[in-house]
Amino acid sequence: MNAVGTAAVAAQVVLVTAGAPLLTGLMRQVRARMEGRAGAGIGQPWRDFRKLLRKEPITPVGTGPAFRTAPLLLVATAAVIAALVPLASTATPVSRNADLIVVVALLALGTVALALAGLDTGTAFGGMGASREMTVIALVEPTILLAVFALSIPAGTTNLPAIIAGRIHDPARLASPAGLLAAVALAVVTLAETGRLPVDNPSTHLELTMIHEAMILEYAGPDLALVELGAQMRLTVLLGLLASLFAPWGIATSASVAAVVLAFVLFAVKVALLGAALAAAEVFWAKLRLFRVPELLAGSFLLALLAVTASYFLTGE
Amino acid sequence: MSESAYTQLLDLAAGLFLLAAVFVLWRRELTAIVRIFALQGVALFAIAALLGVHEERWDLLAVAAGIGALRAGVLPHLMRRALAASGETRETQPLVNVAASLLTAAALTLLAYAVSRPLVELDPSPATRALPVGLAVVLIGFFTLVTRRRALSQVVGFLLLDNGITAVAFLAASGVPLIVELGVSFDVLLAVLVLQILTTRMRAAFGRTDIDDLRELRD
Repeated sequence: MNAVGTAAVAAQVVLVTAGAPLLTGLMRQVRARMEGRAGAGIGQPWRDFRKLLRKEPITPVGTGPAFRTAPLLLVATAAVIAALVPLASTATPVSRNADLIVVVALLALGTVALALAGLDTGTAFGGMGASREMTVIALVEPTILLAVFALSIPAGTTNLPAIIAGRIHDPARLASPAGLLAAVALAVVTLAETGRLPVDNPSTHLELTMIHEAMILEYAGPDLALVELGAQMRLTVLLGLLASLFAPWGIATSASVAAVVLAFVLFAVKVALLGAALAAAEVFWAKLRLFRVPELLAGSFLLALLAVTASYFLTGE
Repeated sequence: MSESAYTQLLDLAAGLFLLAAVFVLWRRELTAIVRIFALQGVALFAIAALLGVHEERWDLLAVAAGIGALRAGVLPHLMRRALAASGETRETQPLVNVAASLLTAAALTLLAYAVSRPLVELDPSPATRALPVGLAVVLIGFFTLVTRRRALSQVVGFLLLDNGITAVAFLAASGVPLIVELGVSFDVLLAVLVLQILTTRMRAAFGRTDIDDLRELRD
């Protein structure tokens, strides 16, 4: 069991790292096609990555360790999450440590590292981006924790593989009011956390609207490559987590090789479908005004709270 | 219908019912609010119909059909007509902003659950466990009634209140006698008709339907 489990964890990390730029490329391609452009092809983010890595590393004058460690922290936390979350198999050596609260805390660690880096540069844009990101994360974090709490009540634990295994064996939990509300709340929060429309526009450099871009404006060369890879990996992992929680079919619960291989194929398909659907939806969405963003997040917080109350009171446990 | 499927469907309908009330607070476009209200009428119909099928009381099904026709059909239609006549499209300035009212709705829901705990413990069944949902909708409706300025969103608040009361009646006691239900339904219909006329008169007098303009009483 251990050999297959270890291989599954390693494969998860490798697949997420290698697949994240491809997912971003796919999403840009879908968007380009729907807008009537030819698009740069699915491999473009990888080509950008290679080009940036070859450049000379430059750090602005006066920046300290926060600026230099942030890209590494971002990628490292994303890689650890990719190892912990049962994207393809619940029977892995790390499954006992894969607590949902740990995953949320690791996500927040990456976000905070990037915000500190934005402050460290001392530029107006960096500070502005960091302050906006903190406003968003202050509303996102309680929502994620509440949604997680709602999902963990039927399972009786916050251990991710246990929750997902429970949902595989008892599909009725997927369609319960608590499950549906938590799904919507987590989906909204995922959009906010990864800086997609309608919270942040991933393809803009317009100073009045950007959040994520404002913080990484001073990065260049290999550091920029790492920051972009980190952001792409976070998107992939979060979409994968959503897929695992709310469409858990096909995830391997035993240590058989065939089941794990099938689970990986299904994982890739699910995440690609989710990403394509998100990109297609983004074509029709406009970015929200910044002052409307707390409204959206307060709404998703309320949905998460309703999910908790529903799963606690309606089941009568 | 098996017991677990009944519980699942009832929970789903109750969840939809509560969600519709929350979305009324969330959205600003008055047409969207009317549409969501109609959806809530459908959810209320589903709750009543499920109870009727489960307890094999066919008179309850007739009441459910009547409620569905009134709350998902007639009332939204009347409101749409009032909306088209008034020419207003948005709830511009609620007294409490949207983010704060959503958080208040969260607090009200918890309050409803806390208050109805003793009631649920009297006879725990799937229907009574969903009782707090009805109570929460009553409270949210009251909150909408108090904090919104446009006449139409106040009407919707009043109707949310009434939907909540009906849902509580169904969930707690499998509905009130037919004659009482009929009386209440006609009452609601009449209230909406009166409010529709009032809206038209207000618009003729002030040019808009902001309730704050109604400060003085005159003959």
